Amino acid sequence: METLGLVIAAAHISAAICLLNGLLTTFGQAKICAQAIESMARQPEAADSIRSTMFIGLAMAETSGIYGLLIAIIMLFANPLINILLNYI
Amino acid sequence: MGLDIKNYWVLNIFGFEVWITETIVNTWIIMLILIILAIIVRVKLRSFKDIPAGLQNIIEAAIEFFDNFATGTLGEKLSYITPWYFMVFAFILSSSLFSVFGLRAPTADFATTLALALASFVLMLFMGFKHQKGRYLKTFFEPHPIFFPLNLIGELAKPVSLSFRLFGNMLSGTIILTLYYSLTPIFVQIGIPSLLHAVFDVVFGALQTYIFVIISLMYVRNAADQ
Repeated sequence: METLGLVIAAAHISAAICLLNGLLTTFGQAKICAQAIESMARQPEAADSIRSTMFIGLAMAETSGIYGLLIAIIMLFANPLINILLNYI
Repeated sequence: MGLDIKNYWVLNIFGFEVWITETIVNTWIIMLILIILAIIVRVKLRSFKDIPAGLQNIIEAAIEFFDNFATGTLGEKLSYITPWYFMVFAFILSSSLFSVFGLRAPTADFATTLALALASFVLMLFMGFKHQKGRYLKTFFEPHPIFFPLNLIGELAKPVSLSFRLFGNMLSGTIILTLYYSLTPIFVQIGIPSLLHAVFDVVFGALQTYIFVIISLMYVRNAADQ
């Protein structure tokens, strides 16, 4: 029982650590937005193409954050390690 | 509204278990709505006018907007696949708007998004072989044959990242709304959730639909002409 509690606690802590990559993702997205706004202000006639490119870049940068979220969800709701442990006990 | 996907009934076809889940039923509802809408538009457009008015005006504006967007991304030569992507656009947008009504969005299930991403991937390979013939295979061995495993992994990562992006965004909205509905008392569940629905379903759904379509269009374009 104590081992199971330890595994569940470790799973929750690791899920929290996985979600920390949101920090870096947000910094990357902020940099993309700042650069896009700067170039839009410099060249307002190119605003449309800059905007669509910015959205693609934002989506690409968001991917790592989404991966972290999915790993956290798997850790919390579909953890394979707990089943292995239960079989082992 | 819950986190796990409910299973309604299990069919047994030739020894295989086919699970009819909430996602499949919701997909059928969306398909029914879209088909009925298409039939209504088709019947209405039988009295075609040169000067559009009413419904014809709305339909023409939507089609023209999407045509310009797709042609701008794909180029004139490849624009004959635009109808397929208009279908994908309509399906994903309506399924993310579906969760506004408190039902589970089909795109919050990995099966739906993986199917859509694999369809885009197959279309990308098909367009590559159709327009570049044998030269498309050669692009896997560039700049040097030693890079083949790296190129292969890069190609296989495309449907994975495409499907996970849509799935993760839709699922995060579902999780936040489920948490809100289950943790708050009943008297704040009237009116205030509409704001959350507006952000997580309407805005993020429309943005992710746009991103899914434009990234698949870019994949197809990169495969077809280089």
